[in-house]
Amino acid sequence: MSQKYETVIGLEIHVELKTATKIFCPCPNEFGGEPNTHVCPVCLGLPGVMPVFNKRVLEFAVKAGLALSCEIASYSKFDRKNYYYPDLPKNYQVSQYDLPICKLGSVEINNNGEVKTIGITRIHMEEDAGKLLHGGATITSSNYSRVDLNRTGVPLIEIVSEPDLRSAEEARAYMEKMKAILEYLDVSDVKMEQGSLRCDANISLRLVGAEKLGTKAEIKNMNSFRSLQRAIEYEVERQTEILDEGGRIVQETRSWDEEKGITVSMRSKEEAHDYRYLPEPDLVPIIVDPKWVNELRASLPELPDARKKRFVKELGLSEYDAGIITGSRALADYFDEVMIKYNDPKTVANWVMGELLRLINAGDMEITENKIKPDQFAALLQLQADGTISGKMAKTVFEEMFATGKGPETIVKEKGMVQISDEGALATLIEKVIAANPRSVEDYKAGKEKAIGFLVGQIMKETKGQANPGVVNKLLIEKMK
Amino acid sequence: MKISKQDVEHVAVLSRLELSENEKENYTETLNSILEYMELLNRVDTSDVEPTAHVLPLINIFREDKPHEPLDRKMALANAPDEEDGCFKVPRIV
Ligand SMILES: [Zn+2]
Repeated sequence: MSQKYETVIGLEIHVELKTATKIFCPCPNEFGGEPNTHVCPVCLGLPGVMPVFNKRVLEFAVKAGLALSCEIASYSKFDRKNYYYPDLPKNYQVSQYDLPICKLGSVEINNNGEVKTIGITRIHMEEDAGKLLHGGATITSSNYSRVDLNRTGVPLIEIVSEPDLRSAEEARAYMEKMKAILEYLDVSDVKMEQGSLRCDANISLRLVGAEKLGTKAEIKNMNSFRSLQRAIEYEVERQTEILDEGGRIVQETRSWDEEKGITVSMRSKEEAHDYRYLPEPDLVPIIVDPKWVNELRASLPELPDARKKRFVKELGLSEYDAGIITGSRALADYFDEVMIKYNDPKTVANWVMGELLRLINAGDMEITENKIKPDQFAALLQLQADGTISGKMAKTVFEEMFATGKGPETIVKEKGMVQISDEGALATLIEKVIAANPRSVEDYKAGKEKAIGFLVGQIMKETKGQANPGVVNKLLIEKMK
Repeated sequence: MKISKQDVEHVAVLSRLELSENEKENYTETLNSILEYMELLNRVDTSDVEPTAHVLPLINIFREDKPHEPLDRKMALANAPDEEDGCFKVPRIV
């Protein structure tokens, strides 16, 4: 396809913070729970209550800002964003308008080897809204809705990017990088499926070479990396068609329909965004002490890029392998733990990326749900290295470990999978096979090296695959001299 | 007149208020007189005054991240006009 238009994308990411309590009241901040059991007069928005700001929220927001190279505001405040919706009991959301806690940052993304810097416009703190459960199949076919306010007041940070992203792939790479950084910072669960990491995309097209931004549509309701990419691809196609036919893009909010694979307009009376922000009089301004910011900066963990560089430099992993393993803190930590007991980076990396990730992806699981303990993983690699089991057996044992959580020695014993490497034990068998196959022996002696393969195969068959092929090969050559 | 009848209608929509023609006239008039009165403030010279976000001389009031016992659900739902399965029940939204 010839490039007529340039795609321009900016992302707004909402991140639920992993604090013990909500942002303005001490209700527990926990996912799930029976409806309306994590509530109090403050988060219910009852009259006369006063919010008090949770210090940990500020700490997490500043940490995120520092990790994204932002300026941390010395003076910051909260504002009320006014709108009416049943999931918002106060009829306003406490957010930050003109003085957000962080601004002007950047993050480096790697889109299939192409490195690019994406600007961060701002990060602000706000409270989450409640959850609506609809009576009918969808919101439009329901006669009524049920409201659960457990999530009301859960702390969020909103991270707004510059319109620097140019494709669905870049947007996905950006989102994956954000997830990794926030996971490393340990400030959020960052689970898109559970809604602790959410994303809206502003998408517009302009003629290649044009300066002025085109009219944008805002896409919501993308619950996975895959749906983010699909939604953007669809939206680009939709806007291209409209522009090609000489039409105009309508500035509006559209919702991604995962099942149909399309975006649908969410036109409503509230579409004219008029949030009438005003300073929140119940909360006092925040003045951040630069000394405290420096302490937080010094306390930041090693971030994905730094860890990747270290894995390449110190462990000799390839850029690609190091990128995949450090892409998730849980995976990189797991890798490090296996390495403590089995210090062979290349082998561990191959197993983690090949076998472990294959099974995890097939099961649609999180790294942390993996049943294999790092020392069991190392023990398996040791069994293979010292020749107790073959590489092929090791893979079978690994699958069994993954499924049951049993240790490798137990599985090897249960399945009688021990590899026979003992030369004495193999010698008799080898003599027998040589005696039974004089033709192959003649062929080999006449210079047909391939003939030995047949003989090895016979011995593997006799031992039900348990003979160590390397030892068998060596012994055969010796005997046929 | 700072505020037109259209402004009043717009704010009424945003506030989910249904106003009669009479009320619209009335609010247009009263809102304008309030704004006119507030005009007084513009006569104060504020050229060397920093903008303020809060009237009290307070900053940095924080709470430790320690949970409390939430409200009993019966209490939480006590004022709800309608409820179902432990939830507030509200009329059709869109
Ligand atoms: Zn509460």
